[in-house]
Amino acid sequence: MKILVALKQVPARDSLLRIDASGRWLDESDLSFEINEPDAYALEAALQLKEQHGGEVVVLSAGPERAVSAIREALAKGADRAIHVEQENLGEFDTLSLAKLLAAAASSEKADLILTGLQSDDLGSGQTGVIMAELLGLPHATIIMAVEASGQGVRVKRELEAGWFQHVSMPLPAVLTIQSGINKLRYATLMGIKKAKTKEVRKLTAAELGVQPESSVSLLRIYQPKRVKQTQMLAGAPAEQAAQLVEKLKFEARVI
Amino acid sequence: MSGILVLTEQSSGAWHPMSFEALAAGIQLGRDLSLPVTACVFGRGVSGLASELAGRNVQAVVALEHEALGQYTADAAVAAIEWLVRDLQPDYVLLPHTYQVRDFAPRLATRFGRVLLSDTTGYTIESGAAVFQRQLFQGKLTADFAFQAPAPNFVSIQAGAFRADALESDAASVSEKAPVLNVSSLRQHPEAPFREAARAVDLSAAERIVAVGRGIQEEGNIPLVQELADAFGAELAASRPICDNGWLPMERQVGSSGQTVAPKLYLSVGISGAIQHLVGMKGSRCVVAINKDPEAPIFEIADYGIVGDLFDVVPALTEAVKKARS
Repeated sequence: MKILVALKQVPARDSLLRIDASGRWLDESDLSFEINEPDAYALEAALQLKEQHGGEVVVLSAGPERAVSAIREALAKGADRAIHVEQENLGEFDTLSLAKLLAAAASSEKADLILTGLQSDDLGSGQTGVIMAELLGLPHATIIMAVEASGQGVRVKRELEAGWFQHVSMPLPAVLTIQSGINKLRYATLMGIKKAKTKEVRKLTAAELGVQPESSVSLLRIYQPKRVKQTQMLAGAPAEQAAQLVEKLKFEARVI
Repeated sequence: MSGILVLTEQSSGAWHPMSFEALAAGIQLGRDLSLPVTACVFGRGVSGLASELAGRNVQAVVALEHEALGQYTADAAVAAIEWLVRDLQPDYVLLPHTYQVRDFAPRLATRFGRVLLSDTTGYTIESGAAVFQRQLFQGKLTADFAFQAPAPNFVSIQAGAFRADALESDAASVSEKAPVLNVSSLRQHPEAPFREAARAVDLSAAERIVAVGRGIQEEGNIPLVQELADAFGAELAASRPICDNGWLPMERQVGSSGQTVAPKLYLSVGISGAIQHLVGMKGSRCVVAINKDPEAPIFEIADYGIVGDLFDVVPALTEAVKKARS
């Protein structure tokens, strides 16, 4: 079974985010980056399917040069090879044209299954996998908790809302978007890290793939969210903060 | 037509409540842009639901009926709604940002060579055109987006972003439409929805909730927060990562995939406040947030905030609450 995993490198969780001079993106100068968390779970699901059924796991990532560290990490965890769509101006690609890039790179691979995280921690559109499915003419399912592959098809457990689930079957090839937390992420071993250095990373560009940037939606500006509530911030040493809070909860909010 | 098409959501004849928030967004946008609003309900046997929509301040209602829409599949939903959008030619298609919409709407927009603006929290009017807001970086930043492409444009509306409009009006006309579907091209085969286990804990009945998130770092630290909950006489709840790790049972999860709660007091410890969590608790009367990151989105909806190390603040608070309640 050949499985393609689309993953994205995003700013690390808990990063201090500073808006850049353009007002349209972040100042990336002292940001650290990591594999988008839901994509890491998609990679783990792919590695487990390979362990069960044999085959190959191919990582696909679009990103600037720095994305190679996310790709190496995925290879160190056990992916067999990678495709890096290396492009510095991805900010000029809207969700659709970005998915066109990934779909163009994926199409020649003819994978049985394409997995990706259900959304990215940065832009959070939650659409890339589904759009790829449409562009490639494949069936899809989203917010997947478990994958059983058998012969010509796949049966997945979809998460619905409020604690409900549903099984859905569909023929292969198919695209699935994976929910965070569905498996236990493995760490790269020393051996894996060593091996990763020799694994193939094929570089492609948008021009080579014949995909142009499009912007049927455009990001005008980014800014700090406007506060909905006037939050009273309680300062001081922990004991003082605790005492103030109890006072407020008792006499102001009257909830204790 | 030119106008706004609002797609509502139902399953087995029961409304998804976010349908009416999307409808409120559509009605407001229609007023601001002077566009008529059509509400659509799709499924099998939806004419009763369609007549309910007719009294909800819209100009027209469509019942989109097909045998293949009886049980939701992405392929059938995309094909049926594509058919309707080509038939009606609206300027905007608005949808509630539900799990089901997340499943089919990106594919629907792609059929038209368009990008869905997903999970929007509101809009402003700039030079006569709508500019939509979305949250980035798990709610840490907001962005303004504008459509650059001609109609139709697709927008999904975040839970709680618009208040469901109770305003009633004269009944709009209801038309029934049957989309042309190639049933043999539908690829997903759904089974009946199920729940993992009966819920032993009903968090929605709790008056006070203490909720714990990633900041607790490891399972062995959970008792620290349990003691705080006990001191308050509160139920212990958690954000998703805690339940995914198995540190607390799934039935204690608050958020879009867990329970929705509205207690008198919701005290969060080490929860950053991603929207998936906030939609489950933002109806709480008094929200307290304890977090080490002053930029954490949870502070945007908190009444009281403490920036600090929870391992210092929580024991101090437990002592102070015990003293106050004894």
